[in-house]
Amino acid sequence: MQVKAPDRTAAEPRVPPRRPSPAAAPRWWRSRRAKGLAYAAPTAVFVAVFFLLPLLLVGQMSLSDWPLLAGDRGVNAPENYSDITGSTLFWPAIRFTLLYTVIVTAVLLALALGLALLVQESRPGAGFFRTVYFLPSALGLASASLLFWGLYSPTTGPLSRLPAKLGLVDDPVSFLGTPNSALLSTVFLIVWKFAGFYMLILLVGLQRIPHEVYEAARMDGASRGQIFRSITLPLLRPSLALCLLLCVTGSLLAFDQFFILTKGGPDNSTVTIVQLIYREAFQRLNLGTAAALSIVVLAVLLLLNAIQFRGLRNADDS
Amino acid sequence: MGSTAGPRGHLRRLVTGITALLAAASLVTACGSGDGGSGGGGGGGAADAKGVDDGTKLTMWTRAATRPQSEALVAAYNASHKNKIELTVVPTDDYQAKVGAAAGSKDLPDLFASDVVFVPNYTSSGLFADLTERVDALPFAEHLAQSHIKAGTYEDKKYVVPHTLDLSVLFYNKDLYRKAELDPEKPPATLREWDRQARAVDALGGGVDGTFFGGNCGGCGVFTWWPSVWAAGEDVLNEEGTEANLASGAAKKVYDTYRGWVRDDIVAPGARDETGTTWTGVFPKGKVGVMPMPSTTLGLMPEDLDLGVAPIPGPDGGKSTFVGGDAIGISATSESADQAWNFLAWSLGDKAQVDVVAAHKDVVARTDLASNKHSKADPRLVTINELVAHGRTPYALKFGQTFNDPNGPWLTLMRGAVFGDGTSVGKDNEAVTASLAD
Repeated sequence: MQVKAPDRTAAEPRVPPRRPSPAAAPRWWRSRRAKGLAYAAPTAVFVAVFFLLPLLLVGQMSLSDWPLLAGDRGVNAPENYSDITGSTLFWPAIRFTLLYTVIVTAVLLALALGLALLVQESRPGAGFFRTVYFLPSALGLASASLLFWGLYSPTTGPLSRLPAKLGLVDDPVSFLGTPNSALLSTVFLIVWKFAGFYMLILLVGLQRIPHEVYEAARMDGASRGQIFRSITLPLLRPSLALCLLLCVTGSLLAFDQFFILTKGGPDNSTVTIVQLIYREAFQRLNLGTAAALSIVVLAVLLLLNAIQFRGLRNADDS
Repeated sequence: MGSTAGPRGHLRRLVTGITALLAAASLVTACGSGDGGSGGGGGGGAADAKGVDDGTKLTMWTRAATRPQSEALVAAYNASHKNKIELTVVPTDDYQAKVGAAAGSKDLPDLFASDVVFVPNYTSSGLFADLTERVDALPFAEHLAQSHIKAGTYEDKKYVVPHTLDLSVLFYNKDLYRKAELDPEKPPATLREWDRQARAVDALGGGVDGTFFGGNCGGCGVFTWWPSVWAAGEDVLNEEGTEANLASGAAKKVYDTYRGWVRDDIVAPGARDETGTTWTGVFPKGKVGVMPMPSTTLGLMPEDLDLGVAPIPGPDGGKSTFVGGDAIGISATSESADQAWNFLAWSLGDKAQVDVVAAHKDVVARTDLASNKHSKADPRLVTINELVAHGRTPYALKFGQTFNDPNGPWLTLMRGAVFGDGTSVGKDNEAVTASLAD
């Protein structure tokens, strides 16, 4: 028996295809469905146990008075949510996280694109440079942060005293001692760590662009700038949108690098929103407020991701 | 009919059987938990001063910061007793979270140590078993470090005993003192003298600095600045730990001195950034004249470094110390409280305190053992041990979130007072009080 595909035209309303009832479904179909379920089951169980259940628990926590040491003490809604903005660090943390996200995203994507353009051609040495640029991505973020903390440290690191030894300045340089230097030093670490990773994504995007398009443009007399603006960038949009999505999400959830390098200092100038969640849970021992803050952050991220996914889909369609 | 009734009958019997099994299991569990509830905790058990040594396997947690001391005590106990302790060392920053999670799931070990300033959180949450009768039955109970006992007393019941003591004291470099033409046998007895001596050493130049401190570390400030205030006879918190007195006259004199060191570059580089991770690593390099240090680092100093030890003085004299370190108790859910107490009682006895603790150049937990065969060989140990009686351990339920939190109000006060112009101390003191009363 042949199953006829529904003829979807613009004029017809989109009606979901009728599902055959289990009794009416042929044996092979049932068997295939069973196989599909069997294949999906391990992942489904994993997602349910390690994502959905914890998410439900966090949801319950966010509505409860839940001190870390005493456990659930009953409902505390909506106080947990209304208390969030009571912290003097809340709005500064929002502002700083957004500022950090904008700076990191702009610098990282521009640099990654530049690197991808540099190594896209298969010239001698291109493979070496691709590897070198990508290498920092193989390091864990906590390890990389610890490495940079050691390098930046004025008491144990070499970088702080180097400019003074070279006679460039009189005193050791304080890489993490002022709000601006702490932010820029952290941005430098993140760019060093992730530029190669985003370069790789953009490199794949660049190599998907057919050579014929470039040749046709050159034959029409287009300059390098025109080719970049009118061909490379538009055809690279799906890859750029993916990088943007990953970079924005990662930056909004920044924690490890600040926790290790600055601990939110100096003078609370580098507190991110996830650090605030950690502080509520493990310094102030209040899991209820921490969970409420987590739910709010999750909702904002879902919204942002939905917007970005839409942009990504539009880019794909175009 | 008959063919269908058969399977249904089997099914019914199976369900009935499972239900009966579950019911029986739940009854057994209920009885078990009942027994555990009464037997566990150990608070109400026999007040035997020595506990029980019957070959039980015990579990114990400690934080990485006091690992060497805990490991030495556990190794010595395991070597000489039938009971065996399995020690787990947890990273210091993760300790509160781990204890909290374990408390929630009733998975705490038989014994767990804690930074003494966090003990009130645990006693007030019911995580420790009541040890009042057991502690009071010890023949040397009155000589135990009372600041730790006080920190572990909640609603007139004692829950912990001292485990490892870490005192804040002044270390000074005698070689640098000689070069600066200071008397190496006359350490500072007042904050003014400390200031003068630090400046004299700093004047040597050539990479030598007068002093050092952790300027971005709330815990370091509490540990090293507060003794100067206490030495002046003032307190920094009220007795309930709900109100701060950090804008007092003595406190301001302390801030002024430190601010002067920063202004005149008497401090080694990095003080402004120092989050507490490396602050004890500066003095051993031999380029700093005089600075407050944890007593537990004495045994780790280079052998060729000629260093002296002195109490932390107040602005015009006096002496005090922050009696820090770890206190230890038996978890309320432990079912081997008598055996766990056997370890605690042994760890406070003469042999463990002298042959293990004092032998490692650590501070003994008993004032009557301040002078012992090891300390006689090194007078610096006597100086440190005798300070226990003059020291304090502050008590506050909200201690961590107020003073140790790198984003808490105390660090804001500290930095404003020393790296700023000092005018914000009054306002910041109010923020500290608000956090304590939160």
